[in-house]
Amino acid sequence: MSNTAALEANGLGKRYRNTWALQDCSLRLPEGRVAALVGPNGAGKTTLLQLAAGLLSPTSGTVRTFGQPPDDARARSLPDVGFLAQDQPLYKNFSVRDLLRYGKHTNVRWNDTDAVRRLDALGIALDRKAGTLSGGQQTEVALSLCLSKHPGLLLLDEPVSRLDPLARVRFFSTLMDVVASEGTTVVLSSHVLADLERVCDFVIILSASRVQIAQDIEELLASHKVMIGAHDDVSHLGAVGTVVRSSQTNRQITLLVREPPAVLNPLWDVREATLEEIVLAYIEDPTAGSAQRLQALGSS
Amino acid sequence: MEFRLDTGSGVATYRQLADQVRQALRLGILNPGDQLPTVREVVASIAINPNTVLKAYKELEQQGLVEGRPGQGTFVLRSLSSTSPSDQLRLRKRLASWLAEARRSGFDEDAIKALIDSVLHEKNSAAEDVA
Repeated sequence: MSNTAALEANGLGKRYRNTWALQDCSLRLPEGRVAALVGPNGAGKTTLLQLAAGLLSPTSGTVRTFGQPPDDARARSLPDVGFLAQDQPLYKNFSVRDLLRYGKHTNVRWNDTDAVRRLDALGIALDRKAGTLSGGQQTEVALSLCLSKHPGLLLLDEPVSRLDPLARVRFFSTLMDVVASEGTTVVLSSHVLADLERVCDFVIILSASRVQIAQDIEELLASHKVMIGAHDDVSHLGAVGTVVRSSQTNRQITLLVREPPAVLNPLWDVREATLEEIVLAYIEDPTAGSAQRLQALGSS
Repeated sequence: MEFRLDTGSGVATYRQLADQVRQALRLGILNPGDQLPTVREVVASIAINPNTVLKAYKELEQQGLVEGRPGQGTFVLRSLSSTSPSDQLRLRKRLASWLAEARRSGFDEDAIKALIDSVLHEKNSAAEDVA
């Protein structure tokens, strides 16, 4: 893995009037990774992507792409960043061919050979007006435009929300092909965890305007375990590590634990946690895993 | 060979790929000298992260089953099938007729799997007892 981060944020924050859309965000995404950006609506996902793309200026902190702050060295860093906005704004009266031509004139680095071939394979005629295309086709066109920039970092805000299951798979296979052939770094927000799990190897969990997790998915899975114990026994079962989430019935207690100790009371039934369990736990409770909660729950 | 992905299985994707290659080696679908699909081919067909494919191939390489040749691809080094094709064919036929009989007797897929599992397990524990 290279030493340069494709995306790096330090204490990054954005405030609109009195509301922080994103607060104290620090993360480092190494080059070549495909990162899932997850969190509930309003958690700050779009704000983070727009800050990274240089479309917003931060209220506090810094963001850098490939070591460059976007607002400071526009000409140098922006050609390396491709941004696909949630509503995929295409000029509705432009034909697909016009959009490609527009891209060519407004970008330093442009090669739409692949885009033309892909759109042709998808049966999207170049003389169609963007506004007359279906939502799914507009997404394909928007992705093709983004990819023709050959960006080092691709920021995709809810790219598959308008796609049917088949088009989703097609979208991801196009994207993964680009990652395989060009080593593109990707940040991808979506609510469909199953999709993210198959294409992503890094996850950024945002909740309540803050970064809860920004980590390699495998490391994240390896560091979390689900532990199930008979309810009455819990107090005698000793240290368990940092409790991220706990739920109880009359008979049993189920914990999601971060970094459980190597030796655990054998009365705990321990199993692997799924990415979904971990993501939901951190989203559900933004204070999950904090030291305070560890004490409150770990010693109960 | 062509990879499949079971997203609901809870089995890590790289493990599914490696398992499928081992299965193909066991069944003689892949033989020494055969080339595994390239990373780009796999990625394009099942839309997964290329690093996942690399990880599966790396595991197979560490097990000495395949070999990555720079600039060429990944090739099968040795087979896992210790049985002869004619034995496989014969047992397969008998199993198929056994399965047909089981279905006639009202066994559904789960009941059949449970039965096979229990006999396999019986045999394993008998072997352990002898040892």
